[in-house]
Amino acid sequence: MRALLSLAWKSLLNRKGSVLLTLFAVALSVALFVGVDKARTGAREGFGNTISGTDLIIGAPTGSINLLLYSVFRMGNATAEISWPTYEKLAARDDIAWTVPISLGDSHRGFRVLGTNHSYFEHYKYGHNEPLRMAEGKEFDDLFDAVIGADVARELGYTVGTKIVLSHGLGSDFGSGHENRPFRVSGILAPTGTPVDRTVHVSLEAITAIHVGWESGAKNPMSDSISTETIRSFNLTPKSITAVFAGLRQKGTILRTRREINTNKGEPLMAIIPGQALAELWSVTAMAERALMAVSIFVIAVGVVSILTSILTSLNERRREMSILRAVGARPGHIFGLLTLEAGLIGFFGASLGIVIVHVLIAIAGPLVSERYGISLGGTGPGLFDLGVLGAVTLASLLAGAVPAWAAFRRSLADGLSVRL
Amino acid sequence: MSDAAIAIEALRFAWPGHPPALDIDSFTMARGERLFLRGPSGSGKSTLLGLIAGVLQPAAGRIEVLGRDMSALSAAARDRVRADHLGVIFQMFNLVPYLSVTGNVTLPLLFSPVRRKTVGDDAEGEARRLLDRLGLSDPGLLNRRVSDLSVGQQQRVAAARALIGGPDIVIADEPTSALDSDARDRFIELLSEEAARTGAALLFVSHDRSLASHFSRAVDLGEINHAQVAA
Repeated sequence: MRALLSLAWKSLLNRKGSVLLTLFAVALSVALFVGVDKARTGAREGFGNTISGTDLIIGAPTGSINLLLYSVFRMGNATAEISWPTYEKLAARDDIAWTVPISLGDSHRGFRVLGTNHSYFEHYKYGHNEPLRMAEGKEFDDLFDAVIGADVARELGYTVGTKIVLSHGLGSDFGSGHENRPFRVSGILAPTGTPVDRTVHVSLEAITAIHVGWESGAKNPMSDSISTETIRSFNLTPKSITAVFAGLRQKGTILRTRREINTNKGEPLMAIIPGQALAELWSVTAMAERALMAVSIFVIAVGVVSILTSILTSLNERRREMSILRAVGARPGHIFGLLTLEAGLIGFFGASLGIVIVHVLIAIAGPLVSERYGISLGGTGPGLFDLGVLGAVTLASLLAGAVPAWAAFRRSLADGLSVRL
Repeated sequence: MSDAAIAIEALRFAWPGHPPALDIDSFTMARGERLFLRGPSGSGKSTLLGLIAGVLQPAAGRIEVLGRDMSALSAAARDRVRADHLGVIFQMFNLVPYLSVTGNVTLPLLFSPVRRKTVGDDAEGEARRLLDRLGLSDPGLLNRRVSDLSVGQQQRVAAARALIGGPDIVIADEPTSALDSDARDRFIELLSEEAARTGAALLFVSHDRSLASHFSRAVDLGEINHAQVAA
């Protein structure tokens, strides 16, 4: 076996050009397959790590995925809000230990602005129950203080003390609406690898304050005449909020609490369990994932077929070689084994190269993907999946190699000892 | 017949859809004999060698190689006889192009445990010794690709390959057709000496009747083959 493997290896080296091309075809197909899986796993891990320790997310009735996406991942918008009195009733429930009210809607140079209170910094957890940590400065204290995520600080070059202006709505245009109420960066959060890094946090009162004069939905030109100091004397309790993160006193009551909130007699509400909503999200995306994986598998199949084609087309020019091997004692089984091993070696090294390509790309582009899309690919190093792909592609290549091997086997029996071509 | 290296009786062979290529009543070659088998192109020489080597099967008759009836053996058993007891030298371009000189010489050892055992652990040393005796003593040649060698050098490598592991029979199929007369005579001498040294029977096949003088016996295939159609 070892001798035959060495012979197969030398034979491949003799046909370096065509073998390398085939090997690259296999490598690229495997890289696509493994890359798709890494992105999928990274996205799932990224999403799964974004929130932990929160038992329920409560918002106005909408789809559970929609509520999860806009409240946790800052994707899309709320269709309705929860009134402040309803929130107060929720917060006062005996079965709820803590709440974090959040208010979304504004932005700053493309980054979402989130209005909340100090309980956010105390109770919001990510990853394996990791708390938020200040890298610099402190939580908002003054009405016009802002705490920014790590990406916001890095990308915009902000430090503690930097003055910033928020924009009304999600437009990224600088200074569209709230330029009359500048904020000061009071703190910068340590990186979390979650959408928190790309969020500007202000107090709920600040959200109310910057919308003084916006009661009709558009800015009242007279609002600029109201000084910041005057605003501070206003009652800035919000009228409504976007959603609430809640922690329960006893985890065992989660289903009952959720049911009671969902059937709230006053203002209609919707409570979701984050993990369950995430599972629902994955079941929606599973179809697309399966389609993508199926395409990738077909691409691998094309790569494996290219091995078959490359060996099959070389058979004619290798007829004399097979005949010589037979003459010096090779049995038809040796000829079969030699060609099968050649295919297996191309498959093995092609798949290995493909896996290496993916991991090199992850090492190079991983930080960029994490920064742009919040998908952490760094933690998905070589593992059992890669080993499985390597084994499966090698096995498929060995099987594909059996086709030309069989042809060579049959021909070696028919050709006799000497072929004169 | 068991004392013979090769013994043929009432052999008939035809390629599918073709008239008989071989019809030989009797042919014997003794162990250790150096026999010259002459025959023009298309006379069925290569077909006969294929039958002796067990790659082809006769339609009728009996071929014994070292006392074993090849026509009665399974394909696998015939393959084993060929691997363990036969060394074959072809015309030019008969080496595996992607192997070095040493790799080509030691190639039969990959397929024959018997010849491996005869050679022992130092296969490369044995290859070097054989090549040296056949006139290829330059150590720089050993790791070269065979395609870089001259035709004469390639033929010596092929001879060393056939002789390694001490096969009982060496079959040479037109091995000198690409050599000039001086090189050809030297090659036949070296091959004969080596075969004699190891006690191997040498069956040398060629269309060139002038070579007959180098051998202890010469047989004309045209005389023993009664099939009249070219193979």
